[in-house]
Amino acid sequence: MSQKSIHDRIRQNPKFAELVSKRTAFAVLLTLIVLVPYYTFMFFVSMKPQVFASTLSEGGVLTIGWLIAAVLVAGGWITTGIYVNRANGEFDRLTSEILSEASK
Amino acid sequence: MKRYAQTFAVALLALASCAAFAGPGGIEGVEKQPVNVSAIAMFLVFVAATLGITKWAAGKTKSTADFYTAGGGITGFQNGLAIAGDYMSAATLLGLTSMVYFKGFDGFVYAVCFFIGWPVILFLIAERLRNLGRFTFADIASYRLDQNRIRTFAAIGSLTVVCFYLIVQMVGAGQLIQLLFGLEYNMAVVAVGILMMVYVTFGGMTATTWVQIIKACLLLGGGITLMLLTLSQFGFSLEALFGKAVQTHKAGAKLMLPGSLMADPISAFSLTLGLVFGTAGLPHIMMRFFTVPNAKEARKSVFYATGFIGLFFLVTIILGAGAITIVGTNPAFFEGGNVGGKLIGGGNMPVMHLAKAVGGDIFLGFLSAVAFATILAVVSGLALAGASAISHDLYARVIKKGQAKPADELRVTRIASVGLGITAIGLGIAFKDQNVLFLVALAFGVASSVNFPVLILSMYWKGLTTRGALWGGLAGLFSSVGLVVLSPAVWVKVLGNAKPIFPYDHPAIISMTLAFVITWLMSVTDKSARAANEAAAFEEQYIRAQTGLGAAGAHDH
Repeated sequence: MSQKSIHDRIRQNPKFAELVSKRTAFAVLLTLIVLVPYYTFMFFVSMKPQVFASTLSEGGVLTIGWLIAAVLVAGGWITTGIYVNRANGEFDRLTSEILSEASK
Repeated sequence: MKRYAQTFAVALLALASCAAFAGPGGIEGVEKQPVNVSAIAMFLVFVAATLGITKWAAGKTKSTADFYTAGGGITGFQNGLAIAGDYMSAATLLGLTSMVYFKGFDGFVYAVCFFIGWPVILFLIAERLRNLGRFTFADIASYRLDQNRIRTFAAIGSLTVVCFYLIVQMVGAGQLIQLLFGLEYNMAVVAVGILMMVYVTFGGMTATTWVQIIKACLLLGGGITLMLLTLSQFGFSLEALFGKAVQTHKAGAKLMLPGSLMADPISAFSLTLGLVFGTAGLPHIMMRFFTVPNAKEARKSVFYATGFIGLFFLVTIILGAGAITIVGTNPAFFEGGNVGGKLIGGGNMPVMHLAKAVGGDIFLGFLSAVAFATILAVVSGLALAGASAISHDLYARVIKKGQAKPADELRVTRIASVGLGITAIGLGIAFKDQNVLFLVALAFGVASSVNFPVLILSMYWKGLTTRGALWGGLAGLFSSVGLVVLSPAVWVKVLGNAKPIFPYDHPAIISMTLAFVITWLMSVTDKSARAANEAAAFEEQYIRAQTGLGAAGAHDH
């Protein structure tokens, strides 16, 4: 079978449109979940550093700034886990279905 | 075997020619220390182990795919460690701890900036990169564009970043080793250059990957051990550790809040643009995605890499904060015993002094050896990326039009590795005593303004044409290099002018924007027949990017 017709079959398979739209939406959503808090954080760091001044415990020294920065790092990692989990499961299943249906 | 003998002869020649430059003298703020026997012994163990691995890898490196990508047989977990290894340089360990030591919370903000690009790389780039590329990032940039011009340009972009980064690492190696091991600067640079040539020339990607994995484990293990030893002095209480730090640091409670580092929002924004998207344009990092068998493993690589990098950053923050009390109040670590004065060995030393304070000379020796191993591993990854750009992109694809014999191509990779090694040694010695920090801005500037735009647009935008990519790339190259030259780091600190012409150290806010705008403009106005063909070819590329149909397989013999 020619490459051209494999490509046409993939294109015409509704599962391909489903894969692309689901994965794109998911990737964009997660990118926003990472970047919006990050740039908000950076905005306050440079414009209003005092918002980070309250301490985590009464009379303690650790400020919420340290907690937020640590959460940005840990949260960034957790989102990669969420993406990999869905991509390596649901998206890869869809992809292999699309590929096997196209080469039938 | 004869070829190996020749390579050694070339390496020896390089050694001899460098000896001519050798002379006494130290870097400002970095004094040569007494020879540290335990550190050298531990480093030699590392070198022996990695040379053993290189010998094993050399036996497995038969095809060009073996050389460039370890035959695509690296697992996601291994590759994740190796990526983390590529990203966690000695400068990260020393620089971040020192930043927290001196500036407190600002150091943490900086670490977050270096980290946050990784999740984005996974969501937007990793699997497309794996599906479309084979050996180098130029494979993707030139996938449906003009092979000669775009591939040449992408290869030059890679080589530029590699060279800037190599100089930073080589100068860092010379300074650090002089400081930690008590060896001569030039000797250290030559040793790093020769070991790098041996790893890359004989062991290719397999050896480079394993050197990187071992080093990543040592660095993480060493860092975590040091963190536990440090925390044990504060009863394992972070609150106690920071409480003491606030009491002893001259900034007091201000230590816990954002300071001057990010006070200018435009400067901070430009820095973060460069770091976030520059990371995605580093050729030695992108190349790692081709060492795994498929997109599934490529995704796992980033998951593990992000975890290790994040963990490492959090550990370094605690080390820096612990050093404030443990190092900052101990006269033994200050010149003339003058607490609060100049740190022995310079401003990058808090973590090394901390190692000595909580773990004694043996632990200091261990951490020094790890730092040297780190530099060695990072330069090897860089040299391999540079050699691939020369042999795969320029020689095999552009000069030989894809008709190169594999044996010839392999020989060119090896000559290129040796050539890069010699260049790195030469540049390392030439830049001795120079402030090379601006080269980091240059490397990230070019990566974010030349490599990243063409990479992301070629994957995502159907309308990208050869003309657009070329003009946009040139705009990114000239604006990023030009603005760094006019920035405070070069115009004031290197060239000695009173005021910078461009106020920010990082150019990305202008140069990256310019690259995208020019690429777009020159693409949409391109009405040539070739532009129409390039747009038509997007369909096939798009399906391959989305599904992996036709992606390069694990083995390519």
